[in-house]
Amino acid sequence: MIRIQSEALATEPVLAGLEDDAPAVGAVCSFTGLARDLGDQSGVQSLFLEHYPGMTETAIQGVVDEAARRWRIHRTEVVHRVGEIQAGERIVFVGVSSRHRQDAFEACQFIMDYLKTRAPFWKKEITAAGNGDWVEQKASDREAARRWSDSDGL
Amino acid sequence: MAESSIAIRFFASLRERLGIGEEKLPADGITCVRDIREQLQQRGDEWAELLDDDCVLMAVNQAMAREETPVNPGDEVAFFPPVTGG
Repeated sequence: MIRIQSEALATEPVLAGLEDDAPAVGAVCSFTGLARDLGDQSGVQSLFLEHYPGMTETAIQGVVDEAARRWRIHRTEVVHRVGEIQAGERIVFVGVSSRHRQDAFEACQFIMDYLKTRAPFWKKEITAAGNGDWVEQKASDREAARRWSDSDGL
Repeated sequence: MAESSIAIRFFASLRERLGIGEEKLPADGITCVRDIREQLQQRGDEWAELLDDDCVLMAVNQAMAREETPVNPGDEVAFFPPVTGG
């Protein structure tokens, strides 16, 4: 399931839901992304996340579908926050359940790497002074996503 | 009545710098994304410069598109900067 929400992100019920798939599955792997206090500039107090309603969900679904083609996964949960997010709060959660850990580990990382370069979200850093700067896409994020297309046989 | 316009949307830094989030353009003479981009760039230096950036991404009906992607009346075409979610 894919959810885009402006409310605080509670990971516990989502993780518990994935574990409910046991004993059909033997592994649950998850990633939680947090809003750091240091962004591209110092003094960042909060983030503002904009998205493209409709396309964002479709793009994430495309990434999840691609992961399901590459790995044997049972279920995927993606939750992403939008709107204003305070430093220290959760921004994104990706959870994958599968029979074996390798599939869950790799699919989780793949979904996160592809989400960062394909899903239409844009992040603005707000400083204590109230100034806002749009975050630039990082080369390291593009590299992380490209890695999966370079490795054959996955 | 048949739809005769194309919905245009801008996001994030592009939306802020152009000062507009969405609008409708007459579909006359538009066959692909490039036609829209070129038409918008004629609005002035700011538009010409911002939309000339190779980093600007384009979508037609909420799917990633290229300059040559066909556009039909009633379609939704979006322009936005590289994404930075997660």
